[in-house]
Amino acid sequence: MDNKIAAVTMRNITKRFGPTLANDKVWLNIYRGEILALLGENGSGKTTLMNMLSGIYFPDEGEIAIDGKPVVIRSPKDAFALGIGMIHQHFKLVDVLTAAENIVLGLPGKLDLKAASKKIKEICDTYGFEVDPDQKIYDMSVSQKQTVEIVKVLYRGADILILDEPTAVLTPQETDKLFAVLRNMRDDGKAIVIITHKMHEVESLSDRVAILRHGQFIGDMPTKTTNAQEMTNMMVGHPVTLNIDRPEPVDPHPRIEVKDLTVRDIEGTVKLDHVSFTANSGEILGIAGISGSGQKELLEAIAGLQPVESGSIEYVDDSGKREQLIGKDPFAIQEMGVALSFVPEDRLGMGLVANMDLGNNMMLRSYRKGRGVFTNRKAPYKLAHQMVDFLEISTPSVETPVRRLSGGNVQKVLVGREIANAPSVLLTAYAVRGLDINSSYLIYDTINSQKMRGVAVIYVGEDLDVLLELSDRILVLCGGRVSGIVPGRGAKKREVGMMMTKLGGEADE
Amino acid sequence: MNNKTKTPLFHVSRRAALPWYKTWAIRGAALLLALVLSGIITSLVTGEDPFAVYGAIWKGSFGTTRKFWVLMQNIAMLLCVSLAVTPAFRMRCWNLGAEGQALIGGLASAACMITLADKLPNWAVILCMIVTSLLAGAIWAGIPAFFKARFNTNETLFTLMMNYVATQLVAYYCVVWESPKGSGTIGIINPKTQIGWLPQFPSQKYLMNVVVVAVVCVLVYIYLNYSKHGYEIAVVGESERTARYVGIKVEKVIIRTMLLSGAICGLAGLLLVGSTNHTLTTTIVDGRGFTAVMVSWLAKFNPIWMILTSFLLVILGRGAGEIATKFGLNRSFGDILTGIILFCIIGSEFFINYEIKLTRGAGKEG
Amino acid sequence: MFDIVSFIPRAVVQGIPLLLGSTGETLTEKSGNLNLGIPGIMYVGGISGVIGSFYYEAGKTAQDMNTALTILIPLGCCLLGSLLMGLLYCFLTVTLRANQNVTGLALTTFGVGFGNFFGGSLIKLSGSSLPSIIMTNTSNVFRRTLPFASKAGVFGKLFLNYGFLAYAAVAIALAAAYVLNHTRTGLHLRAVGESPTTADAAGINVSRYKYAATCIGAMIAGLGGLYYVMDYACGVWTNDAFGDRGWLAIALVIFTIWRPNVGVLASFLFGGLYILHMYIPSGMNLAVKELYKMAPYVVTIIVLVLSSMRNKRENQPPASLGLAYFREER
Repeated sequence: MDNKIAAVTMRNITKRFGPTLANDKVWLNIYRGEILALLGENGSGKTTLMNMLSGIYFPDEGEIAIDGKPVVIRSPKDAFALGIGMIHQHFKLVDVLTAAENIVLGLPGKLDLKAASKKIKEICDTYGFEVDPDQKIYDMSVSQKQTVEIVKVLYRGADILILDEPTAVLTPQETDKLFAVLRNMRDDGKAIVIITHKMHEVESLSDRVAILRHGQFIGDMPTKTTNAQEMTNMMVGHPVTLNIDRPEPVDPHPRIEVKDLTVRDIEGTVKLDHVSFTANSGEILGIAGISGSGQKELLEAIAGLQPVESGSIEYVDDSGKREQLIGKDPFAIQEMGVALSFVPEDRLGMGLVANMDLGNNMMLRSYRKGRGVFTNRKAPYKLAHQMVDFLEISTPSVETPVRRLSGGNVQKVLVGREIANAPSVLLTAYAVRGLDINSSYLIYDTINSQKMRGVAVIYVGEDLDVLLELSDRILVLCGGRVSGIVPGRGAKKREVGMMMTKLGGEADE
Repeated sequence: MNNKTKTPLFHVSRRAALPWYKTWAIRGAALLLALVLSGIITSLVTGEDPFAVYGAIWKGSFGTTRKFWVLMQNIAMLLCVSLAVTPAFRMRCWNLGAEGQALIGGLASAACMITLADKLPNWAVILCMIVTSLLAGAIWAGIPAFFKARFNTNETLFTLMMNYVATQLVAYYCVVWESPKGSGTIGIINPKTQIGWLPQFPSQKYLMNVVVVAVVCVLVYIYLNYSKHGYEIAVVGESERTARYVGIKVEKVIIRTMLLSGAICGLAGLLLVGSTNHTLTTTIVDGRGFTAVMVSWLAKFNPIWMILTSFLLVILGRGAGEIATKFGLNRSFGDILTGIILFCIIGSEFFINYEIKLTRGAGKEG
Repeated sequence: MFDIVSFIPRAVVQGIPLLLGSTGETLTEKSGNLNLGIPGIMYVGGISGVIGSFYYEAGKTAQDMNTALTILIPLGCCLLGSLLMGLLYCFLTVTLRANQNVTGLALTTFGVGFGNFFGGSLIKLSGSSLPSIIMTNTSNVFRRTLPFASKAGVFGKLFLNYGFLAYAAVAIALAAAYVLNHTRTGLHLRAVGESPTTADAAGINVSRYKYAATCIGAMIAGLGGLYYVMDYACGVWTNDAFGDRGWLAIALVIFTIWRPNVGVLASFLFGGLYILHMYIPSGMNLAVKELYKMAPYVVTIIVLVLSSMRNKRENQPPASLGLAYFREER
């Protein structure tokens, strides 16, 4: 392997976004006939680095060579010409166009959709994909969209493929299928890069692993010669224990009782189908499921943000009094005296206002306080100062717009605000997504301390390992239905994984 | 493949925040550039020394007491319409219908003056004028707001269309109420009785408008920056989903804010008809509904800065008018100058938000 | 009695400037640029043509004038003038990423001012005491119809009785519709307007498409101004005579739900609505005529509301309409 000329050589690549250094003098080789796992924590600059290879960004410094020849990749077009194709984490598809139109987008020559459809069929047959060339993207499921993305890259005859966290949206079965395809392509002599932070994917799929940390290249090695612990240490920079605390629940009693909850989205698709469960105080109820199985709708229905078709959601207070939450908006729920906090998945798009400073964001929950038409501006800024100290939020000041903060600090602001008004119910969705390991642990600790205060925590997660270590009970959703509720202690990953896909089963067919 | 020719010459990236004095320095430089450009163009057309031209602008604006007060009145009216559109803009709701909303407010005032003159005492007529013109403006803005809130109908295009519906409605009433018959215009309303003419300060005809608008300016500033409604407007403008998440009723805020926006436009119409002109024409708002968009935007939607930007645009308009008369040019020359200055300032925002760096590749070539 | 044979041709000639304006604006909006400067651009297109032909026609008799040049000079000037306006808009909104609404309105202020200023100054230059510029000879060439049109009876009156720009307008609209829906360029343009990020990642040069669509759109719209002066107004420039037709053209874009081929008939409908008041017997009541003039706008509002209520994906404005694109936005 040492004698082979690398398909791609990146030398000394540096990229800045304003004051942030996203990549700092990175060196990387990519070889043909090999699957390279680009491993790093969130925010370590993996995607940025690959975006420079696919022509989305242009490096501030450094050189790129393809097959030993220096090249300049100024645009995605240049990248295609060099045989580089990237499948982005956020799909780059035009919703109102058909699959075929999306696949031929950007190619030269006369527009012949019939010929294109034929070629698409051929590619699909070769690798066992299923794509209807005439289907509009907005009618497709997430995994169908990803298939279109992969076919798009293959259609262009790319032989250097980059996949940015491709499994995040897939079922385990779909993941296996994808990995099989990737191995086929590798055996075809294609160079494949998969960006990931999931250790088991690195181990099961890749031939070589390269690790980035804080924008710097830490090292690379054949996957066979290393193990999860070593890779984690390299990713984080210091030895870490992968254990999460799970204190025993103290005096749990029902806090939220959901019965036969059914929710449809605007198009009329059933998102939740007769879901029933109870969330206890002093307990963490983990929600597992493939992305899009109804987690978002479930949390939003409890928080009063999602119209409900039928069923009931009851809040039980300490004296046993019951309140119906359905039909009430977040303000009405707050008015009823239910201290319900919600850390939504989309932090800057839903939980916070990106362009407002910390103080103003603290005010979101409290601006209605007090009589009169004017807002009290002192209290929220005082709270912001306390949060900065308490959660070690690194920010220039409390007058800084939150969009300037890093992902971890944004999440601390959001979580901080949500626990500030002493909740009795805490809903969290993907609370550690995009966070580095240290911030993640701080969030786990915070959630645990809320649990010990007697809060009923509902924790929607995507990383099964974390769910299994953190939750007291795990509710598994599958296609909008409850697949089962298992105790967190002693639950098997395989078993939970099966429950995620067993019920409904559309994904399998 | 030739490396040198393919490397981008410069690289653009978003800036972190600039200190306020630098942003204003950039805007100042843009204004200066615009003035130099306009000076050159004016000299080319008139053959005059540009300084003489700017002297003429100054004189045209401040030359006499009367000119000064006309200037003040014009600033006040432009500021009033700009204040009206600002709450909507802060909510990222592009109300381009201020022209029509002000016009319909003016129509309501005129209707009261004409139809109630011999039925009610003066004070009652004025009261009716105030109520109906504010209401009319609010309704005119409320219609697009309702559809925006309910069906997410594009408000930019809707409000734009409403302007012309208002114009034709006024045109209709101009014929219905024409005086004298056959002229197609209304003429001065109640010239003898002066019923429905808004009270004036004895010393200055236009002072009343200036005072009213100054008060509105302060109120809008306080409303937007310190009230709960103002905070809700800002949250809805930044992110509707966040607003819903904390239980703000987005539809309600959109409609409420647009009603306010329209009501202030109606006030502008009231002042134009009841205080300044005492008549109604289809062109009485004089494009202020559109100029206001630029006034508000240039001031970054800050009511206090808007005093400055409306001052700037009015001076330009009047000054250019003065040059036009003095050098025998068409009055539309003012619009050309206004356009140039706007282009310069609009363009300068880029240098506030982004920075340009020459890349190393470009350096090597030299 | 409603005279349909005289009504339709008049509706058509009213509709042609709107058709050109809306075809231009549709192309522009398909690239994600909401160009509210179209009214200004149409003024500039008109006056640029007028300036060109004014200097060509000055001091010449009809016999002296070369037919080709009589057409080409104003045409070239018109295209150049509108192109410069389009370039200015693109430079500000695409290269400098300025707010599209504000830039468009500034462009309209500038364009209308430009038109009226030169309209006024040309009169001064010609030393004429008339309130407007008259270019009868050029206009006659622009208004020339097929020789047999007058002999073809009602058919000739309805279909053959127009100047060449009218046919060009229809052809341009149909060509634009074809390009948008059936060619690769059109596919790419739609992608740019829907999702510039996606288009960029697919290797489409977003800025180039935005520039090209907006500039071509501006030139087409400019032709609308030229048609108005040279054909409809018989070569007479009067300040502000063009009126609010530019805004009506923008209304037409919405009315047709971004489809230039639909625009052909829709523009004639709008033209008809615009002059309907002259054909509806209103007796002595002149006021009612003003209400009829409201019709095109009211109809547009209704279409706007209905299309948003039905909420069909294909009938919505381009998704990135009004937004500047910056590749490295984070």
